Amino acid sequence: MTDATAETKRASVWSKMRANTGVMIGGTLLALIVLIAVFAPLLAPHDPIAQDLTRRLLPPFWHDRSVPDHLLGTDHLGRDYLSRLIYGARVSLGVGLGVILVSGAIGITLGLLAGYFGGRIDMVISFAITTRLSLPIVLVALAAVALGGASLTTLITVLGLLLWDRFAVVTRAAAQSLRHQEFIMGLRAIGASPARILFLEILPNMRAIILVVVSLEVANVILLEAALSFLGLGVRPPTPSWGLMISEGRDNILFDPWLIALPGSAICLLVLAVNLFGDGMRDIMGPAKK
Amino acid sequence: MIETILDIQSLRVSLPTDRGVLNAVRGVDLQIKRGQTLCLVGESGCGKSLTAMSIMGLLPRYAQVTSDRFEMVGQDLSKKTEAKLAKMRGRDVAMIFQDPTSALNPTLTIGRQLTEGVMRSEGLSRKEADARAIELLDRVGISNPAARLTQYPHGFSGGQRQRIMIASALMGRPRLLIADEPTTALDVTIQAQILQLLGELQSDLGLSILLITHDLGVVAAIATEVAVMYAGRIAECASASDLFATPMHPYTKGLLAAIPVPGVTPRGCELPAIPGRVPGLIGTMNGCAFRDRCAHSLSRCADDPVPQYYPGTGRFVECVKAAEAET
Amino acid sequence: MIPFISKRLFVALCVCLTVSALSFALMFLSGDPAIAIAGSGGRAEDAEAIRIAYGFDRPIVVQYFDWVGSALVGNLGQSIYFNVPVTEIIGNRVGVTLTLGFISFFVALVVAIPLGIAAALRPNGWIDRIALVIAVSGQAIPSFWLGLMSIVVFGVWYGWVPISGAASWQGYILPVIVLSYYAVPELMRITRSGMIEVLGTDYIRAAKAKGLPMRLVISRHALRNAVLPLVSLAAVQLGQLLSGSIVIESVFALNGLGRLAWESLLRSDLPVVQAIILILALLYVLLTTLADILNAVLDPRLRGAS
Repeated sequence: MTDATAETKRASVWSKMRANTGVMIGGTLLALIVLIAVFAPLLAPHDPIAQDLTRRLLPPFWHDRSVPDHLLGTDHLGRDYLSRLIYGARVSLGVGLGVILVSGAIGITLGLLAGYFGGRIDMVISFAITTRLSLPIVLVALAAVALGGASLTTLITVLGLLLWDRFAVVTRAAAQSLRHQEFIMGLRAIGASPARILFLEILPNMRAIILVVVSLEVANVILLEAALSFLGLGVRPPTPSWGLMISEGRDNILFDPWLIALPGSAICLLVLAVNLFGDGMRDIMGPAKK
Repeated sequence: MIETILDIQSLRVSLPTDRGVLNAVRGVDLQIKRGQTLCLVGESGCGKSLTAMSIMGLLPRYAQVTSDRFEMVGQDLSKKTEAKLAKMRGRDVAMIFQDPTSALNPTLTIGRQLTEGVMRSEGLSRKEADARAIELLDRVGISNPAARLTQYPHGFSGGQRQRIMIASALMGRPRLLIADEPTTALDVTIQAQILQLLGELQSDLGLSILLITHDLGVVAAIATEVAVMYAGRIAECASASDLFATPMHPYTKGLLAAIPVPGVTPRGCELPAIPGRVPGLIGTMNGCAFRDRCAHSLSRCADDPVPQYYPGTGRFVECVKAAEAET
Repeated sequence: MIPFISKRLFVALCVCLTVSALSFALMFLSGDPAIAIAGSGGRAEDAEAIRIAYGFDRPIVVQYFDWVGSALVGNLGQSIYFNVPVTEIIGNRVGVTLTLGFISFFVALVVAIPLGIAAALRPNGWIDRIALVIAVSGQAIPSFWLGLMSIVVFGVWYGWVPISGAASWQGYILPVIVLSYYAVPELMRITRSGMIEVLGTDYIRAAKAKGLPMRLVISRHALRNAVLPLVSLAAVQLGQLLSGSIVIESVFALNGLGRLAWESLLRSDLPVVQAIILILALLYVLLTTLADILNAVLDPRLRGAS
């Protein structure tokens, strides 16, 4: 592809993105949350883990008893809720990104190998995919995190090692169809090495569908992290994770339901943003298979 | 006088799209008499399939259809309810499709697909319906038809499937058969067989056929009448012999010139192609739609309405030049 | 057909074996299980005694085949915490999970399929839009959070339903709604896209051209083809409902398999966890295999091919 055609192609994708409401809303929302996560130390009014037992369970601003210093109130240990929510974005996005790096690397490699070489390699990898799909993911992740000791690193490693299946399925199918295209046949005919063909020719042609899978998987990982943290086997307190905040607010659910309403809404908003962006991009990029 | 099976005047079909209203069919007149085979010829996107679909009442819900007259076997279709139209389908008019592979439901047996229509519309018993299906399958050249009824479509070849489709269309003993590119998806040798079969059935059963195609070879093989369609309108309509002998519309001339004739076209000679592209049909358009590609176009070609000219029985041309040349 | 099914069963068997090895290996992921059982306060002699009592001193391969061998005859080991057979504990709990899973699955199908069909018949119509909102929100709301919020709203504020436990059938209402809400989007999406694809085919036009009424065209010609992809997905979804109920069970304090797994994890009762993982995985393999066979029965193209 020449630079000029690449340029026009990029421009047309960009104009399609602007015409797609889902991409625009999702993208803007996502960008906003990413900015909040990056600049958390500047934005948060308080230290997210500093306790103040004299100011426990203060309600948010729409309530009579609210305190201007704590816009969204405080939790059962007197920690500023707004600050915890802001820092929580870091955990969600960080885990999402970290897991995708691991699972994407595994899944894409396996998918490329299976799709390109076929035969025995494909049989083995397809079998691995089938086996992975049969594992009850929440339970296995819980068990692995429990045994490995709950921490961010364990969580990212465990989820990364578990969630590569969709990457593998999609890249496998894409590699299978690309393998028979003329430009790949041509490269094989002139003796290009498989590694070169796979990573320099086939992989770049899959950017669009990989992007779509990334968005689907990021949303999936964010929800899983929240669920595991909620069950007490994700990130370790006092880390401000949204799922953990819901779990901690659970005891006061009767009188202070906002304790769970706020972090839950934050999760919804982030996942919604990622999904809107991903679904919109899938429409733009054409019929990418799931 | 020969009975008129289909009489359409001023048929218009518009489809709303993201970029505006697409006026796909822009005032089409068609007449088919009993026993005639009318070929509707044109490039893809000229509106010929939509015309056929509107006769079958199979247009998508969002399509807007208007006409001045829409009569089939003497009945005014525009005044009928959807339920009454459904009753006419299969009995008065039937249809076969381009791709016989996708026109047969893969999950139902051949027998079921052939008989389900008439068992409902004529109240035939399974036995009677099966008997008719066997008779028709035999007629279209499927061997051992009784045993084939319990088989599924995937066991048949493309040509066989098209034969089965024809049998299925004939189950309700229709007066008019619409065939939308019936041979396009088939091998050349099979094409000829299917066309021959259609011709035989027509004379045996007194069928009228509306055949839609982009292939002038098919037209030459089967048509009694030809209507050449361009950009949503009929450019020229004539009997097949007249059209091939003396084409009048510049578009028809261009189409015919692009076909090599063995022994006449010199070897190595480049075939003349029609320059330019079909105009977009979104929004309103005035004058002759072909003028931008026409070698003889005049400034008057942009005026509305384009003069129409009737040089003989059943013959019709819509062109400024053709009308002038003759008068 | 027979070769297809036997091939499918062979793959299923291999998956089962691999999964059993994986869940067995989980036991050793933490290092020495004997120390884990003895607890952080346990002495070295205790760990040694446990090692011998549980047979951890034997080679791992021997232990694995021993475990698989007894699993095959229905012995999944002893619970370390309760000191009773694992099968007995699981037997007491599995009913709740199966009830919850199957009712939710049924509810999800009953909601998703008609909604998907209605959405496909009029794309971009108001039903399609509502379906889209349900799908998008269903995929964005964490299930445990929806569960908690529904407890707050319907259990606490309105008092319509009991807020926890499965003492009466009312206790299942909220968990079933929440759990089925997660199965609906995917099922609906595939029904809709399957229907739209089928409705655009020539055989649907041919069916209409025969004069069949729309009702018959949809039920006889369209649905039959549109459900083919749905069967596989439904099996996957049922499997996910059963294994996903772990979160819902702990939210609603239902004493099912999921809650048992979670509690067992917290008290390091690994044989129970292993057994539950194995059972859920086997259930999944069973369901997807059944779905493949059902598909082959429904689709004559697969039936004919080997």
